[in-house]
Parts: sequence; C-alpha cells; structure tokens
Amino acid sequence: MTSAPQPVPSARFVCRSYMAVVLVPEPPLLDWVAGIEERIRGAGRFLVGSPVVLDLSAVKLSNSAIAHLVAELDQRGIQVMGLENMDPASAGRGLPPLVRASRGATTTFDVPRTPAPAPAPKPAEAPRPKPSTLLLDQPVRSGQSIFFPDGDVTVLGSVSSGAELVAGGSIHVYGALRGRAMAGSGGNTRARIFCSKIEAELLAIDGYYMTAESMDKDLRERPVQAWLEGNELKITALD
Amino acid sequence: MGKVVVVTSGKGGVGKTTSTAALGAALAQCGQNVVVVDFDVGLRNLDLVMGAERRVVYDFINVTQGVAKLSQALIRDKRLDRLALLPASQTRDKDALTEDGVQSVITSLRKMFDWIICDSPAGIERGATLAMRYADEAVVVTNPEVSSVRDSDRIIGILDAKTVRAERGERVAKHLLITRFDQARASRGEMLTIEDVLEILSTPLLGIVPESEEVLRASNLGAPVTFNNPNSGPARAYFDAARRLMGEEIEMTIPTDKLSLFGKLFGRRAA
Repeated sequence: MTSAPQPVPSARFVCRSYMAVVLVPEPPLLDWVAGIEERIRGAGRFLVGSPVVLDLSAVKLSNSAIAHLVAELDQRGIQVMGLENMDPASAGRGLPPLVRASRGATTTFDVPRTPAPAPAPKPAEAPRPKPSTLLLDQPVRSGQSIFFPDGDVTVLGSVSSGAELVAGGSIHVYGALRGRAMAGSGGNTRARIFCSKIEAELLAIDGYYMTAESMDKDLRERPVQAWLEGNELKITALD
Repeated sequence: MGKVVVVTSGKGGVGKTTSTAALGAALAQCGQNVVVVDFDVGLRNLDLVMGAERRVVYDFINVTQGVAKLSQALIRDKRLDRLALLPASQTRDKDALTEDGVQSVITSLRKMFDWIICDSPAGIERGATLAMRYADEAVVVTNPEVSSVRDSDRIIGILDAKTVRAERGERVAKHLLITRFDQARASRGEMLTIEDVLEILSTPLLGIVPESEEVLRASNLGAPVTFNNPNSGPARAYFDAARRLMGEEIEMTIPTDKLSLFGKLFGRRAA
C-alpha cells in the first residue's frame, strides 16, 4: 500500500544585506598586499575577521591569480567573502562568489585612529602634508563650533557669544573674542590665545580653563594674550 | 524669475510678520508684483496683519498636499492689486510642511511674482529652516536688545549652513533690519545703539524702524503699517528699506513721524 508522500520540509529562503569592507587591489599586487599588511599592523585591525569583498575593477587577473590573492589575504587573517567587478566567465569553484553592490548602499568611513603602540610605524596615510593653520575670514557666529585639532586657528573677524573654537594649536582672533576659545587641545601646553578685544566667556589651554568671572576686570575689551604657566592660565594685555 | 526673500530673526516677537507685511506692501506700492507667504504653520499671523483673516479658504499645507491649487489658496489684497498672500494652516503644525512641497510651491511662485517674501516662524527648527531653505536673500529682523542680537547672530550662521544656496557654495545676501529702535533710550544707554548692533552682527544695514504706536494700530486694523499710515516713522522706514532691497542707495536715517499741517495744528491724527 502506498502511503501519502511525506511533505518535504521546506527550506526558508531569506534575503538579507550585510555591510562588508571593500578592498580595491591595485597593481603592483605584491606592493598592495604589503600595504594591507602594514595597515593591519597600524590602524586596520578591524579588517581581520570582518567580511571583506574584493573589487577587482583595477586589475586584470586570471582565475588562478585571483585564487592566489585570496589565499595571500587569508594567510594574513583577511577573509574574502565575495568578488566584485569580475568577469562572470572567470567565476568558478574554489573562488568566493561574484557579488554586486546594491545601488546607493555604499557608505565610506575613516579608519578609526587608534593610538599606535610605541615601536609601531606611523599608520599608512596619504603622503599629502596636512594643513596646520585654519584661516577663517568670516566672523564666527553664535552656535557655531570650530574644531581643528591639527594646528592653529586664525579668525579675521569676531567670535560671537555662544560660539566656540577648539584648536590643537594656538588661537588668533583679529576681532572681538566673545565666545569660548580652547587652545592646545590634545596636550599642547605651549599653545597660546591671542585676540584684539577680550570679552570671552571662557578661555582654556590644554584643558586648564578660566571663565569670564575670574578674568581681571581691567583687561576687559583690551587686546590680550593668554598662555599656560605650569597649570595656571595667565593673561596679559598686549597694548 | 522672482526673488525669494526670507524675513527671519531667531528671536520671537521682534517684528518679522509686521516687516513682511510692510515690506511687501511697500514693494507693491512701488509697482512690483509681490506675494507674502506665511510659514508659521499652526500659529499664523500674517493673514491678521494683512486684514485677510476672514477670506482664508485654502492654505499653504493644502497646496503642498495637492488638496488645492495654488491659485485657489492665494488671496489678492483688496487695496493693492499687485499684492497677494499665501496663508498658513492654523490647524496643523510645522511637521506638516515637506521640503518637496515647499520647493514646488516656491518654484511656481517664482514664475508668477517679482518678489516672494517668506515670513519665517521664530526658532531654528524645521519651520524656520524650511522658510529659509530656498531663499536668495534674507532680511534679519533684530531689536536693539541683547537676546535678540544673539539670536539673530545664530540665525545668520544657520543661513550660511542650511539653505540650498549655502549648500551649493553660493551666498544668501543678508540685510539687517533693526526694529523698535528708541533713540532716547539708546542715548541714555538703556538700549543697544545701532553701532553696537552692527559691530556684533557685521551685516549690512537695510533700515532702522523706530518704535511707534502706529505698528499696533495698523495690525489691529488689519493693514500693513506702510499702507495704514504712510507718513508715520515706521512706514517711511519700511519704504526706504524696500527701495534699498530693490537696489537704490538711500541715506540711512531714523525717520520720525511726519505730521501734516493739519496734524500739527490739531495733534496726532488717529489711525
């Protein structure tokens, strides 16, 4: 007697999207792999163990070359889970599958700057020299916040009450300083604050601060400079 | 193509709606085609000051939602045929405004009028940022008083950040309109002087409107102050400001009420 056929348990098919880091190999490949290795040592630790997709648009590789590249990366702890912009004819067994990015799904983010351990080399950054002065030729309006950890900030105009300037270096205001000025953020104790007219709400250098109340009354509205002596903030008139 | 001017301030109660109506009427009286648009959804006042509160059928939100056509919502002023009003909704709030809706209405208005004056609500949130979003120029209304000046400073910073022009790298031309100025109190040091305000705000001055009882009289009667009493100090200041907006160079003065001979003989004339 034939029994009713057992229902085959149906497999669930779900579509889900995941974020993956995309690496773009560029020739010469050996140099590129070495660069990745250095990145991992410096600030790229997150690459290890994360899902990675290789965008092959910049290189022309045969099947075996791609397999070799994937293996090289795997040796360094980078697991390639997909290949993008590869000739579909080259796709084959043994290689990660071909993937296609969905439209508008790309987001870029900066590699977080982790503090490098003492003997480690400088993390591989673009060789372009970073600017060390920020020049603003408009007044800084109330509610605006200028954050420039890489160096000095110079303002050709006034800084309104309710505005704030945070600089890694010194602060120079060729106008009235009515808001908050915080220089030497990040540990630069030699940073100074200069302005043509002091009406500031707060001054700080390397975290040591002084509010308007503690400032000498006869310095008000005069050009001043402020600097750090030990852990005391000192202000003196410039005229 | 019409020019979009936003009348904004940050602080509430400094004279945005009064100035929108007065400047709009002054421009219309100079021969320009003007529409004044109320962006204060939920707390609309422009229709009161324009004397049109009993003629509002459809409003800005109805148009953005496609419930009504723009031509149905626009209210022509009975006294000045070149002046129109697009009122706000009173039953909704500012969350009902959408960026696309506003853009579409502004685009249509640009084709119909020479000047589109947008009356911004107070604050720095959605209502205010939407009112300024498509502006070519801004009139920043400020009282010579510390809170107002600081709030105006804030709104000037936001004009350089949250407008389409700023995002494209272009500038929104800003004009400062000082309202409720009282020369006597400024001389006594009770009020900020014009120089104090200009020093803090560093923005070109469009006009100085003196404090006057005429403003309240005019709004109670539902007429822009330039229309109700054209010889009053505020009206003359707004006329000068409107002409400066059109590019004329006029010497900056603080107009006082001009009394006619009749008025001089028999005292101030009633509205």
